[in-house]
This record gives sequence, C-alpha cells and structure tokens, in this order.
Amino acid sequence: MPGHLPASMLAQDSDSLPYWEGLALGELRIQRCNSCSKAVFYPRAICPHCFSDQLSWIVASGKGTIYSYTVAHQAFGSFAADVPFVVALIELEEGARMMSRLLDAPRERVTVGAAVTVTFEKVEEDLTLPYFRLLE
Amino acid sequence: MTRPQAAIVGVAESDLGRTPDKTVLQLQHQAARAALKDAGLGFGDVDALFCAGGWAWAPNLMLAEYLGIKPKYTDSTNIGGSSFEAHLGHAVAGIEAGLFEVALITYGSTQRSDRTRNRGGYTFKLTEQYEPSFGLPTPVGAYALAATRHMYEYGTTSEQLAEVAVATRKWAAMNERAMMREPITIADVLNSRWVAEPLHLLDCCLVTDGGGAVVVTTAERARNARATPVWVLGHGEAHTHNTIASMPDLATHQAAVASGRDAFAMAGLTPADIDVAEIYDSFTITVIMTLEALGFCGRGEGGAFVSNQRTAPGGPFPMNTNGGGLSYCHPGMYGIFLLIEATRQLRGECGPRQVEGARIALAHGTGGVLSSGSTVILGKD
Repeated sequence: MPGHLPASMLAQDSDSLPYWEGLALGELRIQRCNSCSKAVFYPRAICPHCFSDQLSWIVASGKGTIYSYTVAHQAFGSFAADVPFVVALIELEEGARMMSRLLDAPRERVTVGAAVTVTFEKVEEDLTLPYFRLLE
Repeated sequence: MTRPQAAIVGVAESDLGRTPDKTVLQLQHQAARAALKDAGLGFGDVDALFCAGGWAWAPNLMLAEYLGIKPKYTDSTNIGGSSFEAHLGHAVAGIEAGLFEVALITYGSTQRSDRTRNRGGYTFKLTEQYEPSFGLPTPVGAYALAATRHMYEYGTTSEQLAEVAVATRKWAAMNERAMMREPITIADVLNSRWVAEPLHLLDCCLVTDGGGAVVVTTAERARNARATPVWVLGHGEAHTHNTIASMPDLATHQAAVASGRDAFAMAGLTPADIDVAEIYDSFTITVIMTLEALGFCGRGEGGAFVSNQRTAPGGPFPMNTNGGGLSYCHPGMYGIFLLIEATRQLRGECGPRQVEGARIALAHGTGGVLSSGSTVILGKD
C-alpha cells in the first residue's frame, strides 16, 4: 500500500464531504456546473469558469489521461519509503483535472496522454483514496 | 512613460547561508539597518512597512514592534517568492498617491536552520486537502510537472534546462557572497541525482537562511539620496492558481505573461530595451517559462533561447548576475534578492560581475507553484 497521511491531517469540510464520502463508496464524485456545464474539481460553492453558484455532484467515470507526471525520487514522511513513485495530473474524461498517484506503472509506459482509470484504496478505516492505473 | 515618482535608494542583504544563531527578526533588522544606511536614512524615517512571511500570525505587527517603528501604511501581501516585486509596485503606488514617503521592504528566513522542524500536528485545510495524500514533494514536484508538460509540448530538453544552471553558476563564481561557486558542466547537472523527474538536483535552487531589505522613497527625497536613485519605471503582478492541478496550462507561465505585459506597458519599454535581467530561478524550468512569458523569446522557445550559454557572463543576455537562487542563496522566498541585485547592477556596484553600461533592468518574481508573477522594470538617469 502506498504511503499516506492519516485522515486526521486532512480537514474535511462541507465543500469536500460528498467527495470523501463518495470515495468510501467507491465513487469518484466531482461537480458539474448547471450553468456552463463544465466539470469542476476540487469541490466548491462557485463555478470557477462562469461564477454560477449552481453546481451539481456527478460521479465521474474514473477514466482519463495523463496530462503531466513526475517520478518522485525524494519524498517526505510516510512517502519516503515509496520512492521512486509516479505522481500525475489526470485529465478526467469529464474535463476536470486532479492529482493522483499511478500504481503499478512501469516507468517506460508512463507518458503524457496515456489512458488511465481510477482505483480506490482503503488506506485507513475512515480514509479511501483515489489512485490511478494505466489502462492496457 | 511618465516621469517616475519613486526610486529604490537602499538595498542590503543580511547574513546569508546558514545562520543557526539568528532569528528571522534579527535577520530583517540586520538587512533593514544596512539598507537604510545605504539610503542615508534611519528607522525613524520609515513610514511604510512591507513584508511577507509565514513566521508569525501577523508578521508586520511583530516586525514593526520589534524594530520600534509605527508605520502609517502597511502591506503584508504574500503571493510567495514574488511578493517583494509586488511590494515594490504597491510602494510606488502609495508614494504616487502621497500616502507615505519612505517604504521599507524586508524579508528574512531561517528555513535551512529550521530544516529539522517537525510537521506533526499540521492539518491540511480548505483547498489544501486534495493533493497531499499523493506524496508529491513540493514545490519541486509541481515544477517537475510543469517541466514534463513543457518538454511534451515544445520538445524542451534536460540539456537546455542544464544550460541555465551552468550559466548561473558562472555568475556565482564572481560573487563572493554566493554559496556555490565551483564551476559545473551540463554533464554535472545531468549526472546529479533525480529529485523529481525531469528535474535533477542541480536544476533546483539552494535551501539557505537569509534576509534582505529594500528602501523606496519619493522622487524628491531620492534626488538627495546617498546613492544613485534607481527609478521604478514599470510594475505588473498577477496570480492564476494556488494548487498545481488548477494551473490553467502547465506549459505557460500565465501570471508572468500578465505581469510582464503590464510592466512593459507602464514603462513604455519592450524586452529589447532590457540590459540585465534578474529572473526568479527556483528551478531551471522556472527561468525558461518566464523568459517566454515576458516576451524575450516566443512561446516554447525558452530552451533554445538559453542554449549556448546565452545567459552566462559575456553572453548576449546577462541574467541572474548574482548567481541566482540556484547558486547564490535561496531562503524560501527569493524575490527580494532580485531587487537587490538589479539595483546594484544599475548603480554599477557589482565589480567583476558588473554588466557594462546597464541602464535598464528587469526583475521578475515567481511565487507558489508558478502561481504568481510580479515584474518590475528599473532604470537610472
């Protein structure tokens, strides 16, 4: 299992609660703006694209592509033992972008544009995280 | 260009490098005292205070009290390493509005000596809560993500990134205050260990302690200053995002595009007019993206622009002439040192590293994770 931060270090709030609760259920929840239809991540009360305050929660497909990535060779705390590991920005097919770890990714197959899919890992009793794997 | 209304009249560093026996207040006192002396002024003349830092709940309150000053104007704008270019712009605006006459801008950090600090008990709040679970070392990992994307879109190479580090080290060799002065080669950079691919150790800035101070005053007082006034001709600032996943385009430093455009417009100048450039170099990729954003070269052409040691001593584009954050010092937020070096270059005080005939200088700060940009253009009579 990848290193992680304890849930107690992540201050969930009323913007983020549906996201964290979704992860526990195996759902990657993001928002969509009712006004401009753009996908929004991370969750918030205002659409950063058109400033509407009408946003709905949707369940993302979990499919996307690597927008950019890095292989970390130095990391801190509970992550130090994992190096080297891949952190990527994932462009979800709905259009929003999010950071995640790529699991079990052979270095030579990690490229910008590669297709990925979400995988949920329960890292603590009350914390599930969305990681990604390369699609075959 | 309208006649400039404010000028830098004093600059100084504090002790730099490793200062385990000093506090951030002592470092800022030391730099402020020296900068005021450089200006021919004293603490009693200061009526506006600008500082940025995370070392206190309200840094301006603590620092002003410690120094015994009671500013009638205060600004603790913190947009990361570019804060001090923003402070300078704000100070000029305040002076032009007649709100105060003598602005003191300070910075101090003991981040190197504090390195063993324990993060235990820290809670990632609000919009910070979505990224730390993935272990990205920050800020280097975020700049690595930008570098990967820049390489993907434009074919930028590790060798081109290394050109920046090598050229900057050559300048550092001529600065006795620089921490790293041994010459390095492109191979040395490429053979240094990975930190976060595609960035090697020598693509990364130093981690040092240190502080700096800048004194800004009215045109009238500047004309009677001890040293040659360095006029603030233009200023621009912008920020576009906070978390790296929210950066609009990881291959374009959009904050610098906006800040550079506004600074050049205010100054009535173009990139071709710049004699010496001090460009925030947290990482080598930062420089390449900033040069493109400011219009020194086209989009995607930054790698080619810095090739063949263009920015090295004797090259056609003198840049980061103190040795930069990569080789001189980098105490967390480096922006104040850009102003100090640009001022010294225009005054002609730089000895072996002096850029001959420098009349117009540009200093550009970048903060956060390519989040903010602030550009200032400086000139002398």
